[in-house]
Amino acid sequence: MGNPFTIPTVVAVTLITVAIGFYGLRLARTTSDFLVASRMVSPTWNAAAIGGEYLSAASFLGIAGLVLKDGVDVLWYPVGFAAGYLALLLFVAAPLRRSGAFTLPDFCELRLGSRRLRKLATLFVIFIGWLYLVPQLQGAGLTLTTVAGAPYELGAFLVGAVVTANVALGGMRAVTFVQAFQYWLKLTALAVPVIFLVLQWQHDGRPPVTPPDGTAFRVATTVVVEHPATLTLADGTIREVRPGEELTFAAGEPVPRVAGVPSANGLDWLLPSAAGRDDQGLFATYSLILATFLGTMGLPHVLVRFYTNPDGAAARRTTLVVLALVGAFYLLPTLYGVLGRIYTPELLLTGQTDAVVVLLPSAALGPGLTGQLLAALVAAGAFAAFLSTSSGLLTSVAGVVSTDLLGRGSVRDFRLATLLAGLVPVVLALRASELDVSQVVGLAFAVAASSFCPLLVLGIWWRGLTDLGAAAGILVGGGAAALAVLLTVVGPPLDGWPAVLVAQPAAWTVPLAFTVMVAVSMATRHRTPADVGATMLRLHAPEALRL
Amino acid sequence: MADPSDAAGGRPAPSPGPAPAPPSTAAPPSTAARPVTVAGPSNGTPGSTTAGSPDAAPRRARIVLAEVSAPRPPADRTRTELTQQTPVGEALVRGLVRAQLALALRLSLVVAIGLGGLPLLFAVAPTVGEVTLFGVNLPWLLLGAGSFPFLVAVGWAYVHLAERNEQDFTDVVQRPEH
Repeated sequence: MGNPFTIPTVVAVTLITVAIGFYGLRLARTTSDFLVASRMVSPTWNAAAIGGEYLSAASFLGIAGLVLKDGVDVLWYPVGFAAGYLALLLFVAAPLRRSGAFTLPDFCELRLGSRRLRKLATLFVIFIGWLYLVPQLQGAGLTLTTVAGAPYELGAFLVGAVVTANVALGGMRAVTFVQAFQYWLKLTALAVPVIFLVLQWQHDGRPPVTPPDGTAFRVATTVVVEHPATLTLADGTIREVRPGEELTFAAGEPVPRVAGVPSANGLDWLLPSAAGRDDQGLFATYSLILATFLGTMGLPHVLVRFYTNPDGAAARRTTLVVLALVGAFYLLPTLYGVLGRIYTPELLLTGQTDAVVVLLPSAALGPGLTGQLLAALVAAGAFAAFLSTSSGLLTSVAGVVSTDLLGRGSVRDFRLATLLAGLVPVVLALRASELDVSQVVGLAFAVAASSFCPLLVLGIWWRGLTDLGAAAGILVGGGAAALAVLLTVVGPPLDGWPAVLVAQPAAWTVPLAFTVMVAVSMATRHRTPADVGATMLRLHAPEALRL
Repeated sequence: MADPSDAAGGRPAPSPGPAPAPPSTAAPPSTAARPVTVAGPSNGTPGSTTAGSPDAAPRRARIVLAEVSAPRPPADRTRTELTQQTPVGEALVRGLVRAQLALALRLSLVVAIGLGGLPLLFAVAPTVGEVTLFGVNLPWLLLGAGSFPFLVAVGWAYVHLAERNEQDFTDVVQRPEH
């Protein structure tokens, strides 16, 4: 990849991020400034910051990669990532802001008055935060490898170090400006190249996305094998390949199928999974919908932002703007996945489908200046995605660690906590380069949906919730989801229904968490907090009353 | 109610984290402010800029004061019912919570049917997936493009209706008389 623009652009994005961080640092003075940006953030900035923080490596790279590989069924990822904000808006946004809770553990203590529950919630915040941070760093490593040939470890370590330093020095105020800037950068980085890509596609005579005789190479392509694999060639012959081997395909030759890599071909890719033929696919789809719709409200870095709204009504309006901003963004990755089917089919062979967004501009537009500039822009956007999501996650994990595990949440504690919280995911990312970016993020959503979603929804709308009920629900539902994550990541490969139930656990863990939470709360009715009436008034009464 | 501590009713501070800052502008207690401003000249402090005959001023001021403050108590009573957690106040809050929850559930049902029904529809009637519009298969159009405006529209409706619920609640609490 001899693109002279990529490295300077990535460096520039990183420097701008750090520079805005230091600009914010001059303004941040007290602990309160550090953690909640003094609540002086305007709704527009806040919404852009939430969007910037939310659109992670999974959104920027992962969705397009999945679309390239699996087709229409994975469009539920972007839909669910956006719809999560609707669920947040409907059930959580305004009451959570009025509660005055800054983090999920805060909410537990406020609503149920239990220190032990607070500790449990802290553990889950840290688990979800780390689970979400690892794929961000992985994405960084992958991108740097793809665009610059740098070793994977360098990219992961670089992003980890920059983010840790920036959060430790600037705190959330800095992060707010950074995040808002990152949203617009990410949107531009996908929107501008896609215009050129679609024009190129028109210019090429609109080649079909799903040609009748299978996906084929448009130009003569040489693929260097990285992992041993079994290929099924177009004429039906089976061939074993070893790392280092070079495969050359002529233009127009069909793409061979790789054993073990689920890349839907032709109609499977184009059409949704059907009942009877694919019940497991249908279950996985609904599980994914449940996880993403309900998981967003349980993500620690999303909730922190609601405290920066001045009141409940502003929190609602901010969420609506976020929904619109995020929805606008998610129109784009699908196009990359679809066009990748035409211009970068070799990724189906290598399995590195997450790289499609980064590779597509130069693959479609050729090695000219336009292609290089657009490739550099996309790489910059990808780096913005890693930097912003990791910053937000790290801020919230560090905030929880500093207030709940280290002490009183002083600026010093916060900085120490940031170092601790940043170190673990960097180490994990360095050791786990093989995990699928989007899948890990999906699992983080499943854990959040099975632990914090029931806690928030029942805590806000149901007077009968008790501390024991909440703890039992989080432990059973969230625990089951976390177990499924561990099984997926380190467990043995599974087949059939067990594989689906473990890989997409939300459809059974979310109802389980709700049921346990309600049942145990009803069994321990005497533990209902005495001040539940006052809490309800505070969560739901409009601020205009000034009660 | 920007400062949570006044509604918390003497409960311990919400968190060891940062305490919420007080509202930027101190909320003037509207019922108390009015008598004070009118009562000012009634004291007849010498040197004050208020014009008028010195003997007539005190009497007139007191009558005005009584008339202005007369309709206020019912509103205050509703407020007190709320903050003191009387059965009436409790019922008011329950009504608000129920209205907001019903609204949220109704709109989630719209989304559950509108979006959540799609995988089932595609699965039960696979021919729907083969319908093409502008050369694109329907599922791609619905999911890839149509779902986002739909979500924003539902969200917009919710914000609108939830604010109306809150306005109704505020009107009940601040109603001048029963």
